[in-house]
This record gives sequence, structure tokens and C-alpha cells, in this order.
Amino acid sequence: MSSATPAGVPRRPIEDAPVRVLSARPNLLTRLKNLANRRELLTSLITSDIRIKYKSSVLGIFWSMLAPAMTLGIYFLVFSVFLKNGIPNFFIYLFSGLVVWNLFQTAINTATGVIVDRASLVKKVSFPREILALANVGASVVYFFIQLGVLALVLLLVGHAPAWNYMWILPVSFASLYFFTASVAMVTSALNVYLRDIKHLMEVMLMLWFYLTPIVYSYENTISLKLHRHGIALLYFLNPVTLIVLTFQRVFYVATSVTSTVAPHPILSILPTWSVSHFLFLNLALLAIMVVLFLVSLTIFGRLEGNFESEL
Amino acid sequence: MTNVIEVSNISKQFKIHHERHKSLKERLLHPKSGTTELFSALVDIDFTISDNETVGIVGQNGSGKSTLLKCICGVLQPTTGEIRVRGSLAALLELGAGFQHELSGRDNVYLYGAMLGFSRKMIDNIFDDIVSFSVLEKFIDTQVKFYSSGMYVRLAFAVAVNVDPDILVVDEVLAVGDESFQAKCLDRIARFQDEGRSILLVTHQADQVRAVCDRALVLDGGHLIADGPVQESLRIFREHLLDDAIEHDLAGVQSNVSIGAITTPSGSFDVRSGAGMHFDVEINSEGPYSGNFVLEFFTRGGLLVSRSDAQGSPVNLHPGRNSVGVDLAQIPLLDGIYDVNVGIVDTHGNTVIAWKEQGATIQVIYDGREGGIVEMGASIQQQ
Repeated sequence: MSSATPAGVPRRPIEDAPVRVLSARPNLLTRLKNLANRRELLTSLITSDIRIKYKSSVLGIFWSMLAPAMTLGIYFLVFSVFLKNGIPNFFIYLFSGLVVWNLFQTAINTATGVIVDRASLVKKVSFPREILALANVGASVVYFFIQLGVLALVLLLVGHAPAWNYMWILPVSFASLYFFTASVAMVTSALNVYLRDIKHLMEVMLMLWFYLTPIVYSYENTISLKLHRHGIALLYFLNPVTLIVLTFQRVFYVATSVTSTVAPHPILSILPTWSVSHFLFLNLALLAIMVVLFLVSLTIFGRLEGNFESEL
Repeated sequence: MTNVIEVSNISKQFKIHHERHKSLKERLLHPKSGTTELFSALVDIDFTISDNETVGIVGQNGSGKSTLLKCICGVLQPTTGEIRVRGSLAALLELGAGFQHELSGRDNVYLYGAMLGFSRKMIDNIFDDIVSFSVLEKFIDTQVKFYSSGMYVRLAFAVAVNVDPDILVVDEVLAVGDESFQAKCLDRIARFQDEGRSILLVTHQADQVRAVCDRALVLDGGHLIADGPVQESLRIFREHLLDDAIEHDLAGVQSNVSIGAITTPSGSFDVRSGAGMHFDVEINSEGPYSGNFVLEFFTRGGLLVSRSDAQGSPVNLHPGRNSVGVDLAQIPLLDGIYDVNVGIVDTHGNTVIAWKEQGATIQVIYDGREGGIVEMGASIQQQ
């Protein structure tokens, strides 16, 4: 072809153009490849998501900090001041668990309804639909990093040193968190198309889930013994968020046992006394499971996706 | 010749729910209620489109045109079969479907571009073209929720045609927008054709297909019933409309009206420009029928030159052989070959009862100096 684009770049001969295959059920590899090809769309959606959310507000993205700060303050007031749980520096303990939880909760709450909310787009424009859910997860990841920055600032201000020797496990832990959140988000967003209750169900579930995760209380200090006595400690760890929260707490809160601030000042064991290698092993195992879960969820999404247009 | 779209044996079925319960409570209370029916929107469609081709897809409403298009664009997944698409594809399906109301026109251009599968860098290169094409320079940083519907469509169209797609898919959009927008649309399509890109045009307007396409596919009830040159496909399309009309005709009066030969007294269809012409059309009818006679002239390029009907004075057909005479007092056409289509429609002009595509071909001989298709008889003098 002798023709040129408006920008003056000669057109690529059609023979060299890539071929897309559209079939009834693209296999997992094709799905992953399609996802990888549309990275740009993912980033576009994430930035537009964030922009839209705070576009017309005066404080802008600052709001994404205000709600978590409020939650942090309230929990601190309730558990440390009113209920006197005796954990020193409790707000650091709380904060390190909440950054993890906020990512998970915000992502699931926003992603579950997203395919229904954007039905017009889903029915008219071609793109891997799971990107909509992944974009919401991505936006939550952005807020997560902002909160992590604030946490670092707080640690600096109060002069609380994190456990540097555990620090490098965080990326592994974060990867698990991402894959787990993305998996749940994809499945709930697809299920919500068929059963609109899922969105409300998830909101309630997340409330329960929050208390099944050791964020406002210490696992070691409160329920560990009882769970072990009944031999169901493993059950508690079936919640993938638990290990991730524990890792974050171990890194940022550091101390495994502390002296209670409440008289008669007993010694409280707060966090598991696992070694670095044990933490690493558990986190790597979790990551492997989460990657498999992600692939399974992608497949489930693909199965459910086939009938979206007759349900929306 | 490279195949840009290969559609192999695709079928698409939809589940149609009757009284479906959407909430958990309703599902639990009525576990068995609501029946599901499978509806086949496309059945074993098979065709290929190569580069340099402009293909029209025609069919009545509900024939599966839009479903097929959505499958090709990747919006719907076929139930069985496979579609291979080579190169980038931009679809003028529902203009502006991907727009986010809260974002500015500028942000939406990038977002919509990304949805169509084009990178930020590529959009950067053509951003100015997009804006100038859409004539929205002043409003590009305004949130699109403040746009009028016309501005909305213009911006979306500007993105879709400026992203330099290998394949352009157009679905009925030529029917919307004002005249200048339509002209712009057609202009772009012509440019794409010149550049050797493939265009897929879906419409139920036969005239549009004739004007733009090299080839036409006809869909009927989800089946591909014709795939070939425009004239031939449109003939099949019309005949099918006819069959449907007969099927739906309960009284059965107009069954079996058919158009026979078209003859001239001299036997020749050559005529000099400006001269008159007479021809007789033979119409066979099984029962008495009263309808309008329709006459169309087309250029070989597919341009409709004239359509006339005997509105107000219907032809009354009696059983057996009828003859209708057509008198053309003066043919103002210039040199060329013209196809004549004749048909009978009901008195309301809605239903085609009988049709003959290309019933005759007349050759006009013109020895003047005007060019084009119509003699205007202009005389030019300096005042």
C-alpha cells in the first residue's frame, strides 16, 4: 500500500498484521495473552477510575486517605482506649493490618458490581471483560501504596523501626494479596451478573471476614490457644488474608511479645514467633496457591462471560 | 489478496428467559419458575473477506446482522465456530458507548482509543487529527457530560476513523447525524476504500449497499443465504422479502404474481439520449390483484437514477397474463448502460408483491458533450 497515515507513517502491510482468533471458549493461554495485550487499557481504566472518583471534589485524592484514617482512629479509640486491650503502639499494629484489609475490601466492594454497572460498555465494545474488575483492583492497589507511604511516614515520625530482616518478604506477600483480591473480584463481578444479590452479600460477608482476620485483635493473644485446643487453627488460616496481615504486622509492628500497658502489666504474645525462613516458606506457598486460584478464577470468569449479553 | 476476516462455521445461540428471577430470594422461593429457551441467532455462517474489499451485509430486522457483526468485533463470543481477524479493527457500532461522562473529551479520546486497542503513543500521534476532524477544539477539555448528542457522536466517530484501522466496521451509523456528518462518513469510507482497507457495512438499505459495496452477504433468519456480487445478492434479498410477504399473507390473494419478460416493440433496448421509449412488461397473476407498479433505473455503478410508481392509479391485474405498458417520453440519460428493475407493490407501497431485478438493460447512446448521467441541457454564455 502506498497510502500513509495522517501522521505520515506508512501503513504496515496487511500480511504482517497480527491475527486474532475469536472462538467460543478461548483457552486460558489465549485469555492471558489477551490480558497482556491490553495492559494499556488496564492503566487507562485505573487512572480514569481514580480521576472520576475525585474529579469534582475539592480535596481530591486526599479523600482516599480520609476514610481509612477515620477507621483507624475509631478502632484505635474503641479497642485501645475504651476496651483497653493493653497493646502498646496499637495504632501501628492496626495500621499495618488495615492497609492490607483496605485494599481487599475496597477492591471487592467496587469490583463486584462493575460489570452490571457498565453493561452498555460490555455489550458494545470488545475487550477482555475481566479488565473491568481488574481495574478496580488496580485502583485499590494505588490507594494501598498511598496508605503504605503514610504508614512509613508515621513510623518515621514516631521513630518506630520496622523489622528490616523481614521486609523483603513483603513483595511476596503483596503478590499473594493481589492475586487473591483479583481472583475474588473476577468471580464475584461475574456472578453478580447472574445473581444481583452477590453485591449485597459480599458487603455483609466482608464485615464478617474482617473480624475473622486478626486486624483489630491479636491472633496469638486472643484466640490462638483456643483454636489449637480444638485443633482448628488450620481452619483459621484458610483465610488467605490472615497470613498476609500477619506478615505485614510482623514487618511493621515488629514485636512478637510485649508488656501490656494495662496493670498488672503481663507479657502479651502478639505475633507468631516464626523465623524469617518460616515466614518466607508460608508466603511462597500461599503465593503458589494464589496464582493457581487466579488462573482458576480466570477460567471461571470465562465460563460465566459467555452469557453476559443475555443477562445484562 | 489476503484474507482479513475468516468466519468459519459460526453459530450463536442466545438463552431467552421467560420470567427470570434475578435475586437470590426469588430464586430460592421459585426454584423451578421461569423457562429458558434457546434461540439461534446465527446458524453455520461461513465466509471470508479479503483486503481491499467493501462488503455489505443486508437482511431484515432480526436476521442476525448485528449479532454477526458483534461476533466479528469480538463483543459477542460465537457459540461454536471460529473467527480470525487480521489486523486492527475499528467498529462504528454504537458511537460513544465507551465514553465516561465525568471525564473530559481529551481523556475520553485516550480511553476510547485504549478500548479499541490502540496505545497511548498512537493516540498521541493522531490526537490533533481527531480533534480537528471532530471540530471540537473548544470543548476538548470539557467533560463529555456537557456535550450535545451530536458532539458526542462526532468525537467518537473521529476517534474510530482516525486510529488507522485495517478493517472498518460500520453498522447503520450512516442513518444518524446531519447531512454534513453523513457526507463526512461516506467521504471517509471512500478514502478507506482507496487505501485498500476492508470495510464491512451493515444496513437494511439496499441503496447504500449498491452505492458503496463490491460484494454483499444476505442474512435471513440467521442463515447466510447469499454471498456474491451486489446485484445478485440484492436480487436474492428482494426475492426473500417477497417469499416472506407471501408467507405472511393470510388471504393468499397476491400469491403467485410474477413478472415475465420485458419487451420493446422493436426488440432493441438501445435508445438515443433524449428520445422516447416504450416497453411492455408481462405480468402473470393467478388471481385478481390490484397494486402499484414500480419502476427503477440504476447505473451499472449501482446508483439509483430514478424510481417511479403509479401511485394513485393502481394496476388491476386479472387472472392470467397481463401486460403493462411503460412509456418514457424522453430519456435524459447520458451515454451508458442502465439496469431496469420492475415490481408490483401493494397499494400502500409497503409490501413487495413481485419483483424483477435487472428485468431489462437499456443502452443509451449520446453524442453530445456533457458528462455524467443526466443531460441538463446547459448552455453557457458570457453576459
